[in-house]
Amino acid sequence: MRRYVIRRLLYMVPTLFAISLVAFLVIQLPPGNFLTAYIAQLSAQGQGVDNAQIRALEERYGLNDPFFVQYWRWISGILLHGDFGQSFQYHRPVADLMWDRIGLTLVLAVSTLLLSWAIAFPLGVYSAVRQYSLGDYAVTFVGFVGLATPNFMLALIFAWVSFRYFGQSVGGIVSREYVDAAWNLGKVLDVVSNLWIPVLIIGTAGTAALIRVLRANLLDELRKPYVTTARAKGLPEWRVILKYPVRMALSPFISTIGWILPTLVGGEVLVSIVLSLETTGPLLVESLRNQDMYLAGSVILVLGALTVIGTLLSDLLLAWWDPRIRYQHMERV
Amino acid sequence: MGPSPEHPPLPARGSDAAPEAPGTTTTEESRTDLPGDVPQRVLVWRRFRRNRPAVAGALVLCVLVLVSIFSEFLAPGTPGAYNADRTYAPPQRLHFVDTSDGFDLGMYVYDYEVERDPETLANTYTVDESAKIPVGLFVRGRPYEMWGLFPGDLHLIGAKDPDQDVYLLGADRNGRDMASRIVYGTRVSMSIGLAGVALSFVLGLVLGGLSGYLGGRVDNGIQRVIEFLMSIPTIPLWMGLSAAVPRDWGAIQTYLAITVILSLIGWTDLARVVRGRFLSLRQEDFVTAARLDGCGTGRVIGRHMLPSFTSHIIASLTLAVPFMILAETSLSFLGLGLQAPVVSWGVLLQEAQNIHSIANAPWLLLPGAAVTVAVLVLNFVGDGVRDAADPYSQGGGRLGDRNPR
Repeated sequence: MRRYVIRRLLYMVPTLFAISLVAFLVIQLPPGNFLTAYIAQLSAQGQGVDNAQIRALEERYGLNDPFFVQYWRWISGILLHGDFGQSFQYHRPVADLMWDRIGLTLVLAVSTLLLSWAIAFPLGVYSAVRQYSLGDYAVTFVGFVGLATPNFMLALIFAWVSFRYFGQSVGGIVSREYVDAAWNLGKVLDVVSNLWIPVLIIGTAGTAALIRVLRANLLDELRKPYVTTARAKGLPEWRVILKYPVRMALSPFISTIGWILPTLVGGEVLVSIVLSLETTGPLLVESLRNQDMYLAGSVILVLGALTVIGTLLSDLLLAWWDPRIRYQHMERV
Repeated sequence: MGPSPEHPPLPARGSDAAPEAPGTTTTEESRTDLPGDVPQRVLVWRRFRRNRPAVAGALVLCVLVLVSIFSEFLAPGTPGAYNADRTYAPPQRLHFVDTSDGFDLGMYVYDYEVERDPETLANTYTVDESAKIPVGLFVRGRPYEMWGLFPGDLHLIGAKDPDQDVYLLGADRNGRDMASRIVYGTRVSMSIGLAGVALSFVLGLVLGGLSGYLGGRVDNGIQRVIEFLMSIPTIPLWMGLSAAVPRDWGAIQTYLAITVILSLIGWTDLARVVRGRFLSLRQEDFVTAARLDGCGTGRVIGRHMLPSFTSHIIASLTLAVPFMILAETSLSFLGLGLQAPVVSWGVLLQEAQNIHSIANAPWLLLPGAAVTVAVLVLNFVGDGVRDAADPYSQGGGRLGDRNPR
């Protein structure tokens, strides 16, 4: 097991490196840089900027250096000092702007994942055990619609319904009266009460996918001879199903975190914008629209890195759950 | 859609399993014909036909394709025509029979009575039952250019009087007809899905094929790239890349750039499918036989391996289109994809971004319904093709038995 963990950790390094490269590419891609934007802003305000000043600034930020030199300066700043650069738009360090929002994104992503599992597990098992029943068709149909509807559409519909029929304007995770309050039980309860709706909306597509995966896996397992044997032994039906096939079908279920997490993070971005939640989503879109590239690149970097870590955790969980995976990898080492 | 449902001319066999007349139920057909006697495409088609959601999906898909081909003719108006007196006009109900004055057959809608709030300049609409706007089929309306080539003014449905407008699905902020805009959006949204998939098809086929056929270090490298692309959240990455598309690019350039961005990240699925197929086929006896016969690599792949998984590729392609459509919609919705004069479902949904416009005009959400329908039917058809792709497999695959992604 330890060897597997180490191997898996080592695998992560090149992935993280590639993510940081891509994030930096996003920073560098748009024509111009924050200096040109800065100069444009200054001249729009009627202040002249002379060439010597520009050159001095370019020198100071190393804007004329080759790509990899600039990349090194950027990534070493992040790794060694936690310095993500300066947001041009807010005139504040990127790190200050980003971290509290990332906390909320994490809370959202993790609770969405848990809720998706909680919903998908019973429905998937039911759908497989009662294959082709009315309930199975209903679950399958809802699952398909859930997969086909963009998350932000659900958020829009929800916003409309709550406005139209409940006279409430949605928005924000922390209610107005708690915004400045310190964290206490009331605030936590308030957040939880506001959280479940976005969590449900973000989770739809993932839940639908999970139900389909679990149903398919369980159906495959239920056809196997050992299930018949267990039945023939006279085990009660619920034990026949829960004791072996469900356990077998769960392995792919756990490994789904790996691909569900990127979807969740992406969906979270869109839904947060519609419901105006204070997560990284609106921050990222706004920074991209305003070409505030250090902020945008950093958000992409952190989201990517967190996703990779999440995938790692799911792989480790899977290895702990399913010995076949551990041994298979050990043999290969 | 595929080969015709008729039976191919089969040589009579000395068994009781002679082919029956066309029109008998499919289950009987597949029981009576042994798989070896019929071409694979016929078997695929038969299995596909048994899958009712897939067939229904295919029909709807045909309609969508027709809509995107003949948008100009099918739309009641043009997407750009605006009318300041009709901002946020609600949908008009289409009536077929007029009983107010005797019995009168014929389509018509009631005109609005418009009151403008002098302060906010917002229009309030009430249905004016005294003013009828006759609606007809094949009417002369706003002029357009079919496919940008042929001038015309014939519309499938519209007001009989070319000076009047009908708003069957309401109007948007500028008083533009939503029905026309959704119809035109179908063309852009569907085609960007297809174009994106076509591009990722090339990437996926080449890289997946290389990976599966060569194996070894090449395989390892390509697999790492795929794993990497799959492990990062795509939407933020798409957003980052499309933000780099210069704003002053023209409609066509932006369209192409977005397509490229979508397919640069979207090819991984296809590559995995192709690789998996290659890996399993490499072991097959007929491939070894072909190689021993002295066939070159190109011939082994093109003549012997490809035909046995074309249907799998078609299935993966169909299943990739909805992802592209969803991605384009999301990007355009955020204002990072296609830009305003272009009409796509995502661009249309941009109008519905804030709660006040939705509260006043819920019909602005209708393009979203179009997205859902398109994605749904593409999924049904793709699943149907995938299940039918392997006619020799027994039972097994059914709707929903796929690991999505």
